[in-house]
Amino acid sequence: MSVPKAPATMGRLTAHLHRRARWRWPEIVFWLAVLAAILAAPSRAAIINEVLIAGLFALSLDLILGLTGIVSLGHAAFLGLGAYAAAILASKGFADPTLGLVFGAAVAALVGLATAPLLLRGADLTRLMVTLGVSLMLGELANRNGWLTGGTDGLNFSIGRVLGLFPIGFTGQRNAALYSFAVLFIMFAVARRLAQSPFGLALAAIRENRLRAGALGIATSRRIVAIYAVSAAYAGAAGALLAQTTQIVSLDLFDFHRSADVMLMLIIGGAGYLYGGLIGAAAFIVLRDVISSATPEYWEFWIGLALVVLVLAGRERIREAPRRLIALFAPRAARRGVA
Amino acid sequence: MLTILLDGVAYGMLLFVLAAGLSVTLGLMNFINLAHGAFAMVGGYVTALMMNRAGAPFLATLPAAFLIPAILGVALERTLYRRLYGASPLDQVLFTIGLVLMAMPIADYLLGDEPQQVHLPAWLSGRIEAHGVGIGVYRLFIIAVCGVIAATLQTFLVKTRFGAQLRAAVDDARVAEGLGINVDRIFAIAFAVGSGLAGLGGALAADVVGGIDPSFPVKFLVTFLIVVTVGGSNGIIGALFGALLLGVLDVAGKYYVPSIGAFIIYGVMVITLIVRPQGLFARGDAR
Repeated sequence: MSVPKAPATMGRLTAHLHRRARWRWPEIVFWLAVLAAILAAPSRAAIINEVLIAGLFALSLDLILGLTGIVSLGHAAFLGLGAYAAAILASKGFADPTLGLVFGAAVAALVGLATAPLLLRGADLTRLMVTLGVSLMLGELANRNGWLTGGTDGLNFSIGRVLGLFPIGFTGQRNAALYSFAVLFIMFAVARRLAQSPFGLALAAIRENRLRAGALGIATSRRIVAIYAVSAAYAGAAGALLAQTTQIVSLDLFDFHRSADVMLMLIIGGAGYLYGGLIGAAAFIVLRDVISSATPEYWEFWIGLALVVLVLAGRERIREAPRRLIALFAPRAARRGVA
Repeated sequence: MLTILLDGVAYGMLLFVLAAGLSVTLGLMNFINLAHGAFAMVGGYVTALMMNRAGAPFLATLPAAFLIPAILGVALERTLYRRLYGASPLDQVLFTIGLVLMAMPIADYLLGDEPQQVHLPAWLSGRIEAHGVGIGVYRLFIIAVCGVIAATLQTFLVKTRFGAQLRAAVDDARVAEGLGINVDRIFAIAFAVGSGLAGLGGALAADVVGGIDPSFPVKFLVTFLIVVTVGGSNGIIGALFGALLLGVLDVAGKYYVPSIGAFIIYGVMVITLIVRPQGLFARGDAR
């Protein structure tokens, strides 16, 4: 960061950054546990698949909200774009899932790139409104262009085999979950690498203080546009996965509640360290499943209550809680910073 | 042509009353209150229930539709909202979304998800024709009531001691406090009035939007936010003009080019935010 006074400082810094970048054993256990869950509980594959996709969506929001500090209330725009892009491609006869996934992500990324400049001006409130407005406009666009999107009826389509081998969808729920798992893992690894690259460090600087980051010579506007496009691509990929594994898309993908839900997931899990979105997505969906099987009509109430309590108690303090617990038992590990 | 214009004005006036409270909390107090629509829903329910269950006349329910949400508003403000005045926008958004998520199932639980209709009295439901221009009596009524409210609010804010204190508290809460202004009390009253206006707006809007149901807070949340965003959030006049502009554009758009529908108001909002992030009618100083 600063001018190296002695080579030792620089060396320590690099060593620290390298250490941060290493995969630690809790992370490896985490991913193996997810994989084991899919293989061990084939009857639950559908809900696990839903969690994985929601996790990818929450991860995409974490890239802008957690890493860069850009708030968005309209991230569903990219989920919907990715889903519709993949669905339309498949319904035109290009049924290869990988192709659809890449196409969905690319379309979302392009729109993200085009709308990102809108985020550079104004305060947080402006950004919330712009992102919300963009998602509503896209939803209305999908609604009005029924010849392409099927309008309020949505689109039904069939999908090919993953890599030409594994059938997914209703007949292959477990394959679908494994497919989502593979995509999530690869994209997570890329996001993790991204967060620890100089680019990721620049984003953290922007989050902490955009003015100062600019004064350090970071091209803040370009970084924000870039990460927004990446985040849009992630959300688009989540949408494409959702479309392919359920083989249906409908207009509610663009709904406001999608954007709100994903924000809740990220906040429940904690923003800024990438795993938060995955944990939050799992907690949110399991919670919703449990509550809605008890009181199908009113589960939103409990989610709302949880949010209010979460904010009043202080999100920071709750996020710090596990760290403090660890500090209690293993002071040294805590000081090194356990993710 | 003139009919559409008047319909648009009526709709805009309605939007103004619904959103005026939001422009106070958002613009003046810097608080992002996404739960604003919940207060409007309460007002609408008050009127609908008083009319349908107790047989009260429409006009008599309106004061209650103002008072009950206002009391609810001040209670929530004192207990919960005030803790978050200095918090980050993200916290405020999350908190108020949480409140909305709670308000909707409560309404559903107590009253069911059927829309509660407000049946207008006969003297408000006809149409009158003058010089070949037809307009619903109720629209005229809305324009009159909301016009009076707008004028009262503006006078109140500009001419009275309380208005001056509110503006001082908003400009710099600490200095205002130092001058002996009870900022806490001012904010509580402003919040109560804003919530009450939302309730009144909800009651007036019930007929126009086809009844009040539990999804009301979310359905119109976006519209409120658009009004405040376009109008600029630091003043009553800005919100009024923003609401009128959107009302007329929306009604005219739906009439002349139905194929693009709700696109118009979203488009107006996004363009406004690009050209003037602080709102069309705001003073030049962006926060």
